[in-house]
Amino acid sequence: MFFRDQSEMLPERPAPITEVGVIGWLRINLFSSYGNAALTLVSLALLVLIIPPFVSWGLIDAQFSGDSGAACSGIGACWAWLDQRLGQFFYGFYPADAHWRVNVTALLLVPALLYVLVDNLPGAKFGRWFSYVYPLLAAYLLVGGFGLEVISTDKFGGFMLNMVVGLTGIVLSLPVGILLALGRQSRLPVIRLLSITFIEAVRGVPLITLLFVAIVLLQLFLPPEVSLDQLLRVIIMVTLFASAYMAEVVRGGLQAIPKGQIEGAQAVGLGYWQTMRLIVLPQALRISIPGIVNTFIGLFKDTTLVIIIGLFDLLGHARLLQTNPDWIGDVDHEAYLFSAAVFFVICFLMSRYSVSLEKQLSQDRH
Amino acid sequence: MIATTRRVLSCAVLAAFALPGIMGTAHGATLDDVRAADELKCGINTGLAGFANTDDAGNWVGFDVDYCKALAAAVLGDASKIQYVSLTGKNRFPALQAGEIEVLARNTTWTFSRDVDLGLTFVGVNYYDGQGFLGPKSLGVSSATELDGASVCIQTGTTTELNLADFFRTHNMAYEPVPIETNSEARAAYEADRCDVYTSDASGLAATKATFDNPDDHMVLPEIISKEPLGPVVRQGDDQWADITRWVLNALISAEELGVTQANVEALAQKDGGSDNPEVQRLLGSEGSMGAMLGLDADWAARAIMAVGNYSEIFERHLGPDTRLGLERGLNALYSAGGILYSPPFR
Repeated sequence: MFFRDQSEMLPERPAPITEVGVIGWLRINLFSSYGNAALTLVSLALLVLIIPPFVSWGLIDAQFSGDSGAACSGIGACWAWLDQRLGQFFYGFYPADAHWRVNVTALLLVPALLYVLVDNLPGAKFGRWFSYVYPLLAAYLLVGGFGLEVISTDKFGGFMLNMVVGLTGIVLSLPVGILLALGRQSRLPVIRLLSITFIEAVRGVPLITLLFVAIVLLQLFLPPEVSLDQLLRVIIMVTLFASAYMAEVVRGGLQAIPKGQIEGAQAVGLGYWQTMRLIVLPQALRISIPGIVNTFIGLFKDTTLVIIIGLFDLLGHARLLQTNPDWIGDVDHEAYLFSAAVFFVICFLMSRYSVSLEKQLSQDRH
Repeated sequence: MIATTRRVLSCAVLAAFALPGIMGTAHGATLDDVRAADELKCGINTGLAGFANTDDAGNWVGFDVDYCKALAAAVLGDASKIQYVSLTGKNRFPALQAGEIEVLARNTTWTFSRDVDLGLTFVGVNYYDGQGFLGPKSLGVSSATELDGASVCIQTGTTTELNLADFFRTHNMAYEPVPIETNSEARAAYEADRCDVYTSDASGLAATKATFDNPDDHMVLPEIISKEPLGPVVRQGDDQWADITRWVLNALISAEELGVTQANVEALAQKDGGSDNPEVQRLLGSEGSMGAMLGLDADWAARAIMAVGNYSEIFERHLGPDTRLGLERGLNALYSAGGILYSPPFR
């Protein structure tokens, strides 16, 4: 036969091997041009150079047991301290027989956060209320009183202290920041002037200076009987500091909202607060999410500054370990690495949440 | 130990703002405050090997911490009734001024301006320190005066920096400073041969050297180029409290001189069959009324020694050759043993 029977479709042929599968993926993503191929090879070489030595230092040659740095060989990492010191890294000087109170607080934090952060959870109505009550509950559990043994806040420490200062600051700085941002745009000159003064004054000064003033100088001017709790002073200062930055982030969002939106809202008879709550802020905050989370992450990392008032957060306990005669010189990298890893996890979670929130909100929009 | 420029700055801030405020604040008798609170608020370091640090159980231990314990034992009868307040170089003096602590035992150098100008009272010296040099033996240098042209690792913003400049200028030598932020970075830089020698306080150098893989390859050069007498500090203006803190320290030093230890203090303090040395009897309260003169009871010093031992025991426990810091007594030996540690008599 000379002619093929064309009444049937030709069978599908697989795409060329260079376009699909592993090879195709490699070709498209890693070797799409000579330049990219070179970059890929250089990156690979770097990874090969870095990862195996790091793994063998951090895990394979590492020492996981022992009473002091003398037990560590010096070839691999020294993780022997984890066994005895992990408690201090997470609970600080909080009494051991009360660690359960921190644990319960941490456990309850999970639902309290979820009900705020995630929509459409079962029992959402009750859950929201739980989230609102949670800060009081946490304060009661951690500090005590009403039947629980009172534990003074100078016993707070370790990662728990970072969480207490960081979360309180985050929860309080957003509303305060929004109010400041609105105040800065207010038509009432007194409010506007006060807001601008506050924002610029706080932004113009390093946090460490504010803390120093709150901790050291404040006490010199107050009578000795009046003693504001040190931790409370730190939380207030951290919150005020983050609020000033938050205000500017939110103001950026507010300015991106076209004036027509506000005029439209006024035209249908909405008052100032209704306009803001229903029309402007939902859009402005959505635009500001990356900046807001940026501020949160910065705030969370700033909590390590509590060391200047003699409170030992996670990093403080890492440094205590490094200067302990039993461990000195053997755990310099390890203690920092451990702290960095813990901070990374928290900050990375925050950043991931902000990405997912942005996605979710932009879907709502279309 | 190391006076930082930040400290100088905070002193300036204090002098400018704080002093008028303090003068207006009349502090009551500190002893009464301590007794009323049934707790001694003791200012310590935020973490310095051998002087103040936490053990695995999270308790503060160290040379300075033991002084707090001795004081609490003498005043309150219980070495555990202490609230430790960790202070940085920056906020230690303001904390003392503001009454947040009753005594500062934080390896603080006794200087003229602090004693006179800041309204503080240094009650004695519990550790004589000074700035020295650490170098590898392979450098072939046996004295700091041979360091012409050397590169020197140095913590920035400290008085050690100024001392170093003075030392090289007076000896007509040149040097190349390698500025470093913290002690652990300095150690790393020195180990990586980024500098020929590392300068810091001698106690810190010895501790640093002890952590090297081959400590015997390095040596602390004999020259000590500055005086750093460290000791407890109290607020000026309460002489009774200053006396108590001073004589608790002297009691620990005298106890070593008189052979009173943690183990034998109880036996020696017996009224019958105890020590027959009159000075020991006065120290431990079996004779005379020295405790009453201080406003304390008779066996105040015995309790302090029972709590932490004498000076030598405290030193050996936290700094001595058996610890990883491995410091020699050196200047801190008793005057009778080649050092300059000297307590006025209990008489």
